[in-house]
Amino acid sequence: MALISLKSVSYTYLKDTPLEKEALLNVSLNVEHGERIGILGKTGSGKSTLIQLIGGLIYPTSGEVYVKDKEIRKWNSKELCKIVGVVFQYPEYQFFAETVFEEVAFGPKNIGISEEKIEDCVKSALISVGLSYEEIKDRSPFHLSGGEKRRLAIASILAMDPEVLILDEPTANLDPRGKLQIMNYIDRWVDKKQKTLIIVSHDLDEVMRLVRRVIVLKAGEIIFDGPSERLFMSYDKLEEAELDLPEIVRLVKILQEKGYPIEGAFTVQEIVERILAYKGYKSLWKC
Amino acid sequence: MEVLKTFPIGQYIPANSILHGLDAKAKIIASFWLIVFIFLIRLNLSYLFFFLLIMLGIFLSSLPLKYFLRSLKPVYFLVLFTFIIHFFFGEEGGRVFWRFGIIHITELGIKMAIFMSLRLIFIVMITSLLTLTTSVLELAQALEDLLKPLKYFKFPVHEFSMMMTIAIRFVPTLLDETDKIIKAQKARGAEFGKGNIVNQAKSLLPVIIPLFVNAFRRANELAEAMESRCYRGGEGRTRYRRTYWTLKETSFIFFIGIYSALLLIFF
Amino acid sequence: MIKVENLSYIYQPGTSQEKVALKNINLEIPSPSFFCIVGANGSGKSTFARLLNGLYTPTSGDVIVDGMNTKDEKRIWEIRKNVGLVFQNPDNQIIGMTVEEDIAFGCENLGLPPEEIEERINFALKAVGMEEYRKYPPYLLSGGQKQRVAIAGILAMMPKYIVLDEPTTMLDPKGRKEIINIIRRLYEEEKKTIILITHHMEEVIWAEKIVVFFNGEIVDLGTPREIFSKDEKLNEWGLNLPITTRISKCLLERGFNIPHPILTPEELSLWL
Repeated sequence: MALISLKSVSYTYLKDTPLEKEALLNVSLNVEHGERIGILGKTGSGKSTLIQLIGGLIYPTSGEVYVKDKEIRKWNSKELCKIVGVVFQYPEYQFFAETVFEEVAFGPKNIGISEEKIEDCVKSALISVGLSYEEIKDRSPFHLSGGEKRRLAIASILAMDPEVLILDEPTANLDPRGKLQIMNYIDRWVDKKQKTLIIVSHDLDEVMRLVRRVIVLKAGEIIFDGPSERLFMSYDKLEEAELDLPEIVRLVKILQEKGYPIEGAFTVQEIVERILAYKGYKSLWKC
Repeated sequence: MEVLKTFPIGQYIPANSILHGLDAKAKIIASFWLIVFIFLIRLNLSYLFFFLLIMLGIFLSSLPLKYFLRSLKPVYFLVLFTFIIHFFFGEEGGRVFWRFGIIHITELGIKMAIFMSLRLIFIVMITSLLTLTTSVLELAQALEDLLKPLKYFKFPVHEFSMMMTIAIRFVPTLLDETDKIIKAQKARGAEFGKGNIVNQAKSLLPVIIPLFVNAFRRANELAEAMESRCYRGGEGRTRYRRTYWTLKETSFIFFIGIYSALLLIFF
Repeated sequence: MIKVENLSYIYQPGTSQEKVALKNINLEIPSPSFFCIVGANGSGKSTFARLLNGLYTPTSGDVIVDGMNTKDEKRIWEIRKNVGLVFQNPDNQIIGMTVEEDIAFGCENLGLPPEEIEERINFALKAVGMEEYRKYPPYLLSGGQKQRVAIAGILAMMPKYIVLDEPTTMLDPKGRKEIINIIRRLYEEEKKTIILITHHMEEVIWAEKIVVFFNGEIVDLGTPREIFSKDEKLNEWGLNLPITTRISKCLLERGFNIPHPILTPEELSLWL
C-alpha cells in the first residue's frame, strides 16, 4: 500500500467559465513511506495544485487521490492533518496569534492533542528548528526576524507530527545562511523521525541536497519521475521543463562538451574530484 | 478569448458598439437618471415605452441577450418574492377575484405585482447596460470627474478616487491571498463555519488577522513606492487618460432627456 | 555622484525597540556606474536604499545627490525624480489598474502633459519588453513581469540613478534572469547608474564596484575579483560564493594551476 497515491488526477480551475484553466492533466504517481521527493517545474506548471491535492485542500476534477488507501474525500480533515502536513510558500504570512506558543499550539489543538501533551509538542517543534523554547515562547510572532519567522512557521506544522511533510519553496526569500539553516533543520527532522518528505522548489541546489527522487512537471503533466541523478544527466529534460539551468548545471554542460566525464556530479566536491581525476588521467596518457 | 482576460473584475464584456464607445460619464448620468425616472412615471403604457428604450439599449450594445438575462439571475428570487407579495398580500382595489383569510387577489393587486416586478427588472437591466459596456477603469475615472465639483465643498475628490482605484486594483490580489490563508489554516486543522455564531466568528480570526496584518504591511510598502515616485497628493498632478465629451455624448443625453419628457407628458 | 558622509540610521531612537541599522557609512557612488551592495539579511542594505532617495532621512550624517542634500525639503522631490527606487515585492509597488496606467503614475505626479506621458510609456514598455501587456491588469502578470512593470514605471520618470532593492529575491529563476538582463541593458545602453542591492552573488559579477555591508557597517569595498577572493570573510558576512568560484577555489587548493577567483563557468572552461 503506497502512502499516497494519485490515479489519473486532473484539476481544472474555474471550470465552465471563460477563465477556465487546466492545472493538472492525468497525473499518476505513488509516494512510499520514507521517500524524499522533489517536485520541479516552472511557475504555472501545476506544482502548487499538486501539493494542495495531496494535502486534501482541493479535490480533483477527475481521478482519485488516496492517502493510506482511503480516498481523499472520505478523510476527515483533522485526521488528514495528522498524516499530511503542508507548509505553504511564505508561511509567515499566516501568523495570527499573540505569542509564539499559541501560534505553534494552534495546529496540535485543532487536531485534538490533549492539553498536557501540547506543551511537549510545541517544545519539540521549536527545538527542531533551532529556536529556544524558553526564550521565545511568549514573544509575539510578528516581532521576530525574517529567518526566525520562517522557522516558526515551519515549526507550527512540525508540531502536528505529520507522517508526510510537504514544503512549498521553504527557502524562498532567505539569504544564503538562512537557506542553509532551514535545509539542515528539515533534513535532520525528517531523518530523525523517519518521515516522508516532499519539497516543491525552483532551487535545484536545495532539491539536490535534500531529495533522492524528482518529479518534473510541465504544463500540468509529469515529464520525468525518477532518481535525481538521472535527471541531472539529461539536460534535455531540464531544458524541456524550462527550468532555468542553474549555474552548476551550466558548468557541468560546458565541461562535458570539453570531454570531461562529469555526468551525475552535482556537488562542488564531486565536480572537483572528477575534474582532477580526468586531468590526471589525461596527463598519465601523455606520459 | 484572450481579450476577455485583459479586463479587470466586473461584468464588462468588450465590444465595438455605440454604447461601448460612449464616454462613461454620459452613461453614468443616463443610468442614474433613468433609475430615478422609473419611480416618476405612472403605472401604465409608459412602461412599455420604457421597455422599448431598454431594448434599444441592448441592441446598441451589440451584446447577446443572454448576458442581460444572466444578470437577472441574482435578483430572480427577489423579483418572484415581490410579485407574490403584491399579488396575494398587496393593496386591495378594483374587482376582487378571490379571498381567503389574509390572502386576496384583486385587480389592483395584480397590477401592482406586475409593475413592481417590472420596476426591479428594469433597474437591473439599466445597471447591466452600464456595467456590461463600461470597464471598471472607465467607471472609476468617470466617477472622479463627476465628483470634481464636490471639491468646492471641501470633499477630497482626488484622494477618494485614488482610494477607489487602489481598492479595485487590489481586489483580485486580496481574494487570492484570502484563499491562500484559508488553505494554510485548513492545513493546520482549522475548520470554518461550524458551531454557533460566536464559534464561527472565532474560527475566522486566523484568517482575518493575517489578512489585516498583511494589508497594513502592503499599505506601508505601497505608500513608500508612491512617495518614491513623487506622489504628494492631488496638487500639480496631470492625468494621462484623456476622456472626451463630444457631440455624441451630448446628443445621447439629449435623446434620453427628450424621450423622458415625452413619456412624462403623454402618459 | 551620490555622496554618503558619516551616515547613521537608528530605528525608533530612544525607545525600547531602538535598533541601529547603519553606523557611520561613508561612500561615493560615481555616475554612470554599475554599483552593487551585498550583505546578509539584517545588514542594513534595505535601509540604505531608502536613505538614497530620501524616503528616510539620516539620524546623523548626510546623503548628497548631485549636490542636493536629502534633508533639504525643498529639493527632495527633485532628488526622488532622479533617484528611482525599485522595491523587492513586485505586487506592492504597482498601483495602476493596468500596466499602462501604472507606468503613467510617476509621470502624472511630475505634472507632465498627456502627450509626453504617452511617449514615455512607449519608451519604457519597449525598454523592458512588455509592449504586448500594455492593457493588462497586474493580477494577470507573473512576478517577473510585475517587476518589469515596476522598472518601467521608474524609467518613465527618466531618473539618473536607479536603485534596486533585492529586485529578484521574490522571483523564480526565469523572472530573475529577465530582470538581471534588463538591469544590465539599462546600464550598458541607457547609461543609467545602477545601484543593485542583493544577496545573490551570481548577480554581481558584472559590477564595477561591490560594497559589502555587515551589521550596519561597510566591511569591504572592491571589484568583484577582489571581493570574491576573500571566501572565508564572505562566509563570516553571511554570503556565498557563486558555485563556479567555489569550484575554482577548490581546484586551486588541490594544486591545480588556476587563477582565483574565477567568476563564470565559461571562464573556468578556458582553464581546463
